[in-house]
Amino acid sequence: MGKYIHSVLLNEDKCIGCTHCMRRCPTEAIRVRNKKAHIIKERCVDCGECIRVCPSHAQDSITDSLDKLKEFKYNIAIPGITLYGQFSSKTDMNKVYEGIKMLGFDDVFDEGIAADILSVTIKDMIKNNNLPKPIISSFCPAVLRLIQVRFSSLIDNIITVESAMEVAGRIAKDMAMKKYGYKKEEVGVFYLTPCPAKVTSIKNPIGIKDSSLDGAIAINKIYGEIVKKMKDVESICEYERATPNGIGWARVGGQSYSIDVDNYIAVDGIENVINILEEIELGKLDGVVFFEGLACIGGCVGGPLNVENPFIAKSIIRELSTKATEKEYKSSIYTEDEHIDYYLKNEFINWTENIEPKGILTLDDDIQKAIEKFEKIEEILDFLPGLDCGSCGAPTCRALAEDVVRGFANVEDCIFK
Amino acid sequence: MSHSLIKLEYEILENDFSRAGEASSNMKKMLTHLGINSKIIRKAAIVTYEAEMNIVIHSKGGKIFVTVSPECIEIVAKDKGPGIKDLDLAMQEGYSTAPNDVRELGFGAGMGLPNMRKFCDDFEILSSEGNETCVNMKIYLK
Ligand SMILES: Nc1ncnc2c1ncn2[C@@H]1O[C@H](COP(=O)(O)OP(=O)(O)OP(=O)(O)O)[C@@H](O)[C@H]1O
Ligand code: SF4
Ligand code: SF4
Ligand SMILES: [Mg+2]
Repeated sequence: MGKYIHSVLLNEDKCIGCTHCMRRCPTEAIRVRNKKAHIIKERCVDCGECIRVCPSHAQDSITDSLDKLKEFKYNIAIPGITLYGQFSSKTDMNKVYEGIKMLGFDDVFDEGIAADILSVTIKDMIKNNNLPKPIISSFCPAVLRLIQVRFSSLIDNIITVESAMEVAGRIAKDMAMKKYGYKKEEVGVFYLTPCPAKVTSIKNPIGIKDSSLDGAIAINKIYGEIVKKMKDVESICEYERATPNGIGWARVGGQSYSIDVDNYIAVDGIENVINILEEIELGKLDGVVFFEGLACIGGCVGGPLNVENPFIAKSIIRELSTKATEKEYKSSIYTEDEHIDYYLKNEFINWTENIEPKGILTLDDDIQKAIEKFEKIEEILDFLPGLDCGSCGAPTCRALAEDVVRGFANVEDCIFK
Repeated sequence: MSHSLIKLEYEILENDFSRAGEASSNMKKMLTHLGINSKIIRKAAIVTYEAEMNIVIHSKGGKIFVTVSPECIEIVAKDKGPGIKDLDLAMQEGYSTAPNDVRELGFGAGMGLPNMRKFCDDFEILSSEGNETCVNMKIYLK
């Protein structure tokens, strides 16, 4: 268990050792040694900040290629809701889906449909349950991992439903099996992902044993091919699609809007999320009902594996999710109540596993020894210049002192020593 | 019994809202490094934060001393006055003398002291009009 830890990956050949990523990482997971950046994998929450700031594009994400489709008899693509924001608001998404199919998929299932279903579920859970407040959204896996690592006292506040991606995967697989009689292992379900965090939550999910998804393909890796194929599309089907509410989940605040709570806080950007989680831990936001925290600026439209500029994508999503005059798509899954009941009853939605805190910041399991190590850190820190210059390859003087005590670095790494 | 102790000291300035919360968040990081249970850390952070804010809002400044041993977290908040006239009243939920401008910042619910008492295992407050206020709190780890 737990071998696969994160999906952000570094291309050593491209890395110039500039330390941009190291300074930006919110969990101090990056060190630069011998002019190359390294990620301490247990600490990485896959927020993608390092991918965004890397000037030489050395930071990337582990994703799958279309070759993996060959392993299955029937393949379904689940485009992340942000895909809506990667095309102009006038584009017929049905045509986009046809383009996706021409890349080798047998069907396409909109993640936004699951967002619609989840809106109903979460709304009910908030109404009926005596959950600890504020209830924290489980949507962004980078934020979930951040909570595990740095805010584990808030684990009980996380709403115990799966993400829209996972729910969509389960429904899509289930429908294909019922409709065509395939076995589970014959159906391949692939997420078109805007971020590495989602990739990790497929390979190493939180809250459930195994993901129903079989792989993830980065949106920016297949966008060009989709556009190319769209030119050759001859006939266009009408696909089941999300409502404007579901589409709205691609930008920050969309979830909160769709579950219709008055007292919510919706925050984007990992640093901002950290600040709000600090406040929640201090009990300062007990009056807030729902907290929607998304690691990327703008929400998933700001995911590092998208193509469109996050602000433009956000405005496209806003248009699609608020425009009453647009043709309103309603999938039968969403509108027919018995369908919703079916997917609720069959545990398509709820978590089955507890989330455990990750004590990766702990200096030693024995508190006595941990105290001694902490004292040593303070001693070393007294002796370092306190400039946080980063030349030693650690993001701060404190981080270097910590590395020394953990046995990963030497005080001599400091250029002032 | 052990000899290992961590002692930290934080200077808290009167009316300094910009740095308010630094002591508690710094302490929280330290406790995380020690691998202390997150629920306990949360309690310690809440009581420290409340003590910190009371010094910022109601006093002429002071200090917070944190001592951690394998058995216990001890937090002492000590200020330079002006002290509390009626301690029983101050300890009541909802009692507050916070001025309006401070209430607009979200403080002044009169819940700070009651919450400190609620979240720690031992709570002691010493104060009288014209003197310093000293709050002594302990949270046991075992
Ligand atoms: N360090 C202090 N020095 C002087 N007076 C104090 C001090 N701490 C508390 N008080 C007095 O006790 C009252 C109650 O304190 P308490 O922390 O419970 O509430 P508050 O600070 O007014 O509001 P809240 O903590 O909910 O923001 C304060 O309004 C103030 O009059
Ligand atoms: S993805 Fe985020 S947490 Fe992971 S190394 Fe990069 S910046 Fe750090
Ligand atoms: S905000 Fe969305 S795109 Fe960004 S990491 Fe979270 S789930 Fe991924
Ligand atoms: Mg107070």
